[in-house]
Amino acid sequence: MSGYLIAFLALAALSMAYLGNSRAKATHNGAAGKIHSRPIYHGLNVAIWTAVPAFVLLLVWLVFQSSIVNHLVLSGIPGSENLDASASSILMSEVRQVASGNLFKEPSPEVKAAADHFKSLQGIAAYLMAAAVAVAAAIGAFFGLKVIGSRYRARHSVELSVTLFMMFSSLLAILITLGIVFSLVFEAFHFFTKVPFTEFLFGLRWEPQIAMRADQVAGQGAFGVIPVLYGTFLISAIAMIVAVPTGILSAIFLTEYSHPRFRAVVKPLLEILAGVPTVVYGFFAVLTVAPAIRDLGIALGFEASPNSALAAGAVMGVMIIPFISSLSDDAFAAVPRAMREGSYALGATKGETIRKVLLPAALPGIVGGVLLALSRAVGETMIVVMAAGLIAKLTVNPLDAVTTVTVQIVTLLIGDAEFDNPKTLAAFALGLVLFIVTLILNLIALHTVRKYREKY
Amino acid sequence: MNMMSEAAVEKALDKNMSDAPLKMIGKDVSVYYGEKRALFDVNLNVRKNTVTALIGPSGCGKSTFLRTLNRMNDTIDGCRITGKITLDNADIYDPSVDVVELRARVGMVFQKPNPFPKSIYENIAYGPRIHGLAKTKADMDRIVESSLQRAGLWNEAKDRLQEPGTGLSGGQQQRLCIARAVAVSPEVILMDEPCSALDPIATAKVEELIHELRTNFTIVIVTHSMQQAARVSQRTAMFHLGNLVEENDTDKMFTNPDDQRTQDYIMGRFG
Repeated sequence: MSGYLIAFLALAALSMAYLGNSRAKATHNGAAGKIHSRPIYHGLNVAIWTAVPAFVLLLVWLVFQSSIVNHLVLSGIPGSENLDASASSILMSEVRQVASGNLFKEPSPEVKAAADHFKSLQGIAAYLMAAAVAVAAAIGAFFGLKVIGSRYRARHSVELSVTLFMMFSSLLAILITLGIVFSLVFEAFHFFTKVPFTEFLFGLRWEPQIAMRADQVAGQGAFGVIPVLYGTFLISAIAMIVAVPTGILSAIFLTEYSHPRFRAVVKPLLEILAGVPTVVYGFFAVLTVAPAIRDLGIALGFEASPNSALAAGAVMGVMIIPFISSLSDDAFAAVPRAMREGSYALGATKGETIRKVLLPAALPGIVGGVLLALSRAVGETMIVVMAAGLIAKLTVNPLDAVTTVTVQIVTLLIGDAEFDNPKTLAAFALGLVLFIVTLILNLIALHTVRKYREKY
Repeated sequence: MNMMSEAAVEKALDKNMSDAPLKMIGKDVSVYYGEKRALFDVNLNVRKNTVTALIGPSGCGKSTFLRTLNRMNDTIDGCRITGKITLDNADIYDPSVDVVELRARVGMVFQKPNPFPKSIYENIAYGPRIHGLAKTKADMDRIVESSLQRAGLWNEAKDRLQEPGTGLSGGQQQRLCIARAVAVSPEVILMDEPCSALDPIATAKVEELIHELRTNFTIVIVTHSMQQAARVSQRTAMFHLGNLVEENDTDKMFTNPDDQRTQDYIMGRFG
């Protein structure tokens, strides 16, 4: 129903824009040279008046309709006044199921009556909504057409609407972010009522596999985040060791040494690397790199597990090379030619110029790229799910298996999830930790870039 | 010499300008940017301890010629040079010549001040450091101080040596760039419109500086300003459409030029 209404509004707005436009043109011809806004603005103004208030009304209606209908249906069921909130919501969902014809068992007569009541109320609500929206659109269109005149400032009013719309869009992103943070914090808070904050933050053991049912055989459970966080940092560090030198050196080669034609071919190829789905990197890590590293480790006489931190980290490093090389490349290219010439004119070689002038000047861009890549590495999930281990271990041996925050979140939420169990809720606490870590990294990146931006 | 007044020394120098030994010789120099030819067989000599001004309308090739003198054009893709340029009678385009060494002998100051994003001290120390001119920190301090003094910037900068060079005013930045060029003790300093981004007061200071630097260095300056050429130079060369129109003593050039085109340009009839 609301889909048809939205289509109707779009159509109405379009035709009103046309109507307003032609009427404004007629006015313009009558009072030549004196019209304030060009006809198209009058048309847009009418369209906005027609569609926007009616659309807002539609949204508000949809928000409130279901709770009002629910309330009316519930008050029609005998004995429902005594039910608490969750019981009445279960009853309501049963009514809704019956009303839409999904019968699992023969419903009781009260529920059947309520379902009929529900259906009829919904039908009335839909008609009412359509009528209200149509009236709102008509009033808006009437008003919009009425104000068309040579002195009416339609352009100002259209521009104001567009500005408000842009403001709304930017607010939307912020509000959604806030919503995500809030839901994370809320569930994490839930978790901390069951597991002490200090135990989570400073605990050295991570064994979240606790019993979900009373008769289940499982461990006691330990929720110390340190080994998990450590695993993330170990793998990220390995990834950075792979990616930072490779990325920066390839950027230097591409901007300073390579032939422009070589650069034109290689740069897009490097950026394709950024477009490879991470799950494909995961295959590569688990099928090719991990066995190779294990065999090599064993051949060299080290203890090596099949899922090594080194394999996951190295493949992750390959994944983030394009971030670093592309952003460093931009940073080098942005250093003015005058800097290079100034250095060459003093008798500096290319190498000296790169090391002593270009690198310091491009540093903010490079640091920005590195930190962006680092927060990608910290938050990366698929590669580590496939190639890193599951057991949280505090080890410095990169050939050993470690687990990461993201891997643990995935494993905690896969399968039977019960949202009042510390095992499941721990995922949100981990998510919050991850969020805070990447937030701090991003803040540092922003700060560095801003601090050094206008150096040259 | 000590007995003579400064003015007398200058007069004596100026008088002998046409007889001063040749520092650089350009013979049949042509420059191509890809297919386009920018210079046509230019024959121009640079005299020792002399300021040579290159003038001419925009796009006439004067900057291109200047940049051939320290092989700065090598850094531009597709640039090709024919002819011969010598520095102290040695061909600077000879394959055996190390371009890095050449640029240490023939320094350059650019149109727009381009201090490095480093402190004032590090800007000056950059060149001496890569050429190993200072053995100790004290040596380096001395080089920095004397370079800044020669560029007339010491009094303004001595208390802020560790502050970024980019924080100076435009005129100060340009004098910093001159000090930076001086610090590696080149023999020739090339200046590509060094005052075009500066206000009149800063311009006057840089011109005064050029005047003083002449006693120790050979200077070639590209300028758009006739008055500047007349004020700072002893020899002037006029370029037009990639050709050298006339080369003469500055006094003669601005009073009684040999070529009609020079006359027209100086009088402001074209360009």
